[in-house]
Amino acid sequence: MEVSPFIVFVASIFTSNMILSNFLGMCSFIAVSKEKSTAWGLGQAVTFVLTGTSVINYLVYHYVLVPYGLVYLRYIVFILLIAAFVQLVEMVIERYFPVLHLHLGIFLPLITVNCAVFGVSLFTVIRQYNLFQATAFGFGSGIGWTLAIVALAGIRQKIKNAPLPKGLEGAGITLIITGIMALAFIGFSGIIHVQ
Amino acid sequence: MSSKVKDIISLGVIKDNPVFRQILGICSSLAVTNMMLNSLAMGLGLIFVTSLSSLTVSALRKYTPGHIRMMVQVLIISAYVIIVDIVLKAYFPALSSALEPYVGLIITNCIIMGRCEVYAQKNPPLASFLDGIANGLGYSLVLLTIAFARELLGFGSVFGINVLGPNWVRWVIMIMPPGAFFVLGLLIWATNLYLPANGAGKASSAGGGR
Repeated sequence: MEVSPFIVFVASIFTSNMILSNFLGMCSFIAVSKEKSTAWGLGQAVTFVLTGTSVINYLVYHYVLVPYGLVYLRYIVFILLIAAFVQLVEMVIERYFPVLHLHLGIFLPLITVNCAVFGVSLFTVIRQYNLFQATAFGFGSGIGWTLAIVALAGIRQKIKNAPLPKGLEGAGITLIITGIMALAFIGFSGIIHVQ
Repeated sequence: MSSKVKDIISLGVIKDNPVFRQILGICSSLAVTNMMLNSLAMGLGLIFVTSLSSLTVSALRKYTPGHIRMMVQVLIISAYVIIVDIVLKAYFPALSSALEPYVGLIITNCIIMGRCEVYAQKNPPLASFLDGIANGLGYSLVLLTIAFARELLGFGSVFGINVLGPNWVRWVIMIMPPGAFFVLGLLIWATNLYLPANGAGKASSAGGGR
């Protein structure tokens, strides 16, 4: 795989956006996209955790699991590392950056079960990225995820008072808006293609 | 007892359908639904994992300390997911590579955690097992409905068998990501309209229109 990390980075934001083309992280995407400010907070937290865990999981996979032939244990190991990382980050932030903790604190526990974080670690293994590509991929995916959730929250705030057909309020309309956003993002797909 | 069983099943499959009613587990329900075969495999895998992990969590519920129960649940779930992954790799390599990351993502499927936390933690093993099966079935039903619409319009086929004839103009958008969002959005709309949440909707046919 001789793809430059920069291309992986751009691709993970636009052409293979975590939400809009891989459907990862949908649960919190639907649930936490009512307000722009909370969406932005969650987006920052996800980006941070994604970057960190993709590097850690890369290192553990290639230097611990592969040499000892424990590849089949990767699911358990990844999820434990993610949970441990989130816990650690929460403690560090609470201790040294109380303002930031006030801002992001409630989102951190949510991230452990965010499929996007776990999915990115799995994708780096499946696509056989090297360390730089993995870092770029994790960071880019986080930015892409933030971009999508903030955009969605903006749209949802605008239509908050709009009259909607009965039964379409809430999840229904949110999914349809997401569909239209995904349609728009397909427009980027000509730029780069990385699998 | 049998009426209780019926209750659990109808609640999980229709009245409290995890995808429509609780908007859980949609990550994977969208990704694998461009083909019916993939959806069927995913559904079966999920039924297996949900039912057995509910059973295990429920059997261990008296011995699990409260504050680490989440971790224990995740470990139990991962163990079953690894079984699914290995079996798929060994016997259905083509299917396994088509589903690749999404098999692993069963672990973070909120439906399973949700059932373990809400139901299995408080109920006896057998009931939890049934509850897991019911919720897995409800999920699979939704997957197959979405996949049916997407595969029929996108490829003109059902389970890979062409049914709309060679002259069918394929709706390429249906097999791309936006199609998944639109179909699920419309299905949730239809469910909200025709199957009111609190109404004692008799165990009628499938959830959602078309």
